[in-house]
Amino acid sequence: MVSKPLGRAIVVIAAVLIGGQVTAQDTGGRPLAPTVPGEGSTADHSKFEVLKGPFASGPEVTKACLSCHTEADDQVMHSIHWSWSYDNATTGQTLGKKNVVNAFCGNVASNEARCTSCHTGYGWEDVRGANTMSGERVDCLACHDRSGNYTKLDNAAGHPPLEPLKAGAKTITGASAWVVDLAMAAQSVGKPGRDNCGSCHFYGGGGDNVKHGDLSSALISPAPSVDVHMSPETGNFTCESCHLSDKHVFAGSRYNLNAHDLGGTGRPGERRDVATCESCHSAEPHGASLIGMKLNDHVERVACQTCHIPTFAKGGVATKTMWDWSTAGELKDGKPFHEENFTQSDGKQLHTYLSTKGDFEWGEDVVPHYAWFDGQVEYTLPDDRIDPTGVVEVNRLSGSADDPGSRIWPFKRMEGRQAYDTQLNTFVYTQVYGPQTASAFWTNFDWEKSIKAAMDYVGQPYSGEFDFVDTYMYWPITHMVAPADEALQCDSCHARNARLAGITGVYIPGSTLPVAGKLGLVMLALAALAVMGHGVLRLMGRGKGGSHHG
Amino acid sequence: MAERCVKVYSRFNRLWHWSQVASIFLLLFSGARIMGLHSVLPFGLAVMVHSFGALALLLLWAFATFWLFTTGAWKQYLPTQAGLWQVMRFYAWGVFRGEPHPYRKVLWRKHNPLQAMAYLALKIVLFPGIWITGLIYLTHGFWQTLDKGGFWIEAVANLHILAAFAIASFVIVHVYLLTIGGFRAHVRPMVTGFDMIDLTAEQEAYLQENEPDRLREPRHAAHPAE
Repeated sequence: MVSKPLGRAIVVIAAVLIGGQVTAQDTGGRPLAPTVPGEGSTADHSKFEVLKGPFASGPEVTKACLSCHTEADDQVMHSIHWSWSYDNATTGQTLGKKNVVNAFCGNVASNEARCTSCHTGYGWEDVRGANTMSGERVDCLACHDRSGNYTKLDNAAGHPPLEPLKAGAKTITGASAWVVDLAMAAQSVGKPGRDNCGSCHFYGGGGDNVKHGDLSSALISPAPSVDVHMSPETGNFTCESCHLSDKHVFAGSRYNLNAHDLGGTGRPGERRDVATCESCHSAEPHGASLIGMKLNDHVERVACQTCHIPTFAKGGVATKTMWDWSTAGELKDGKPFHEENFTQSDGKQLHTYLSTKGDFEWGEDVVPHYAWFDGQVEYTLPDDRIDPTGVVEVNRLSGSADDPGSRIWPFKRMEGRQAYDTQLNTFVYTQVYGPQTASAFWTNFDWEKSIKAAMDYVGQPYSGEFDFVDTYMYWPITHMVAPADEALQCDSCHARNARLAGITGVYIPGSTLPVAGKLGLVMLALAALAVMGHGVLRLMGRGKGGSHHG
Repeated sequence: MAERCVKVYSRFNRLWHWSQVASIFLLLFSGARIMGLHSVLPFGLAVMVHSFGALALLLLWAFATFWLFTTGAWKQYLPTQAGLWQVMRFYAWGVFRGEPHPYRKVLWRKHNPLQAMAYLALKIVLFPGIWITGLIYLTHGFWQTLDKGGFWIEAVANLHILAAFAIASFVIVHVYLLTIGGFRAHVRPMVTGFDMIDLTAEQEAYLQENEPDRLREPRHAAHPAE
């Protein structure tokens, strides 16, 4: 670990923890998690005997939960949150965290205890094959704790910090760990808040907003300009307001998006399978005026997000935009070192070099990359051949102007430089985490050993020769929706060299001078020259011109 | 034959002409903005001005077309070869030598043959061209699902732009020709409605008897060069 941009809330937590021991039933001045709107349960979980504790481990709490919620574990274990595996019926690819290689930490396999710290379970220490863990290993509290006291260690395969706590232990958000009070957490349970989902999803890739760009701790309590839906001052949405769940399976997917929702709104309770803008705002969201009509015409070809999320990584939390693994491993006096040459708008210094991870670049208020997108993302999987002579796309966006299902979408385009097998032309797995091993890169700073150990672990062929290749990875941008009056103006695209300059297959008035415009200007110039020439000849003529037709 | 100062442009005729002038300038200006030739207005405002300006002009054209046919004024624009050659020769040669304009306005024909032909082309080619492509363009939302890849909208937009530039070129030549023989003298009839026309004795007698308001004494010499 870790670049450690922490959320404001977490900074407060850390400060308090450094200041004094936290006792049971005391949040120690830790800010309470924002309340979930519409929460009016008929059960007060603090009155259940079975939740009084004491609990010695996470699974003990789960056992208590399951004594009433008899099907909950089975439901969770049928979700991607549990399996980290996803069969895309459209492309035939098997995706999911445990199967793909990404442009950030690379791969889960062989780095388990660190990566699976964010798994919605306890003790997933080997991701090879299917996740066969049983019901009591489901982590209910990660999503349902409403005390703010529960968390998970960053390297214990999903377990929370308990006694005895090792010195320097960190949580999955990068904060200094505290001993969680499992009984307090168990009695606080409720619907997930932004902070619950965020404790994993805001910190993907090893730090706050590193991965997605539009998911950061800024969304725990955002200003309306950062996210008009999630701001407590406006919509106060939780993640689940849009990502509706049914039997612990959530709407919305980054692998298989609904890029062009023609269904629009439904009657109350009708649609529980969508997390699109249209499912609330309809497919004709703009007003009944000429400008509204023109804007509604755009909906056919332009995703809502394209205009309504002018920039991402808002609210003072930067996102990682470039990660070059090839420079990792440099040491000073035999010791790893770090540089911090990026200053975030809150004054925080972010890592731009780590011996463990290589070079980084960061961005705040980033203008997205735009592309035609039909919702399908195809990955370059570890057994797919790559062409190392160019930039390799870790994931490819499917879609084109000719396809009615495609629209112009905004993306975070992550630039990477990742290890690959120079003989087989495939991405390689790397083992980076493993304090006790003789092969993990973060301990030994030796790529040869790291790659060999990881490839042996997953049983994939490896020639023994590697190098690094430039990569792109695309992340659809759909959060951090701005208030309507901060949406893009027409001129943002309808101008020369504007935002959609790289997009083809759609006529964007004003973006270029069309052929007829060039011909027309020539015609106009010829007309002007002709009358000027005629006028000059008249002046040179003997008289001042004759009479005219009147 | 006597040259008299006769009202040839009715009030509606003049209103139509000058409204059309204003709308065409507004549309050329806002259209150029949409195309990206200048950025005096924000794009969205230019689209609104252009769309509403165009709809207003279409309404005016609807009235004007009705007027042309009910009053018989459409006959002014019938093409004729009589005198055409002389007018063409005048603009290409005689005008440089100070010759007088060969065409003499008569009561039932206020445009010279070349002028009538140019106006007819404007009315049956360029104006329908611009408003048909404009309406197709404006209603893109209703047919865009048939146009994946955007070929047809681009074709329509290009035709629209070409027609617009042709109209702009017409405006340049039209205004220039007013300078031949005195700009003010040529513009005045479209302001006051009165122009110097050769009347036959019968026409003069008819007007004096039945439409005396259409005749008046000239306040200015209409053709100082003569």
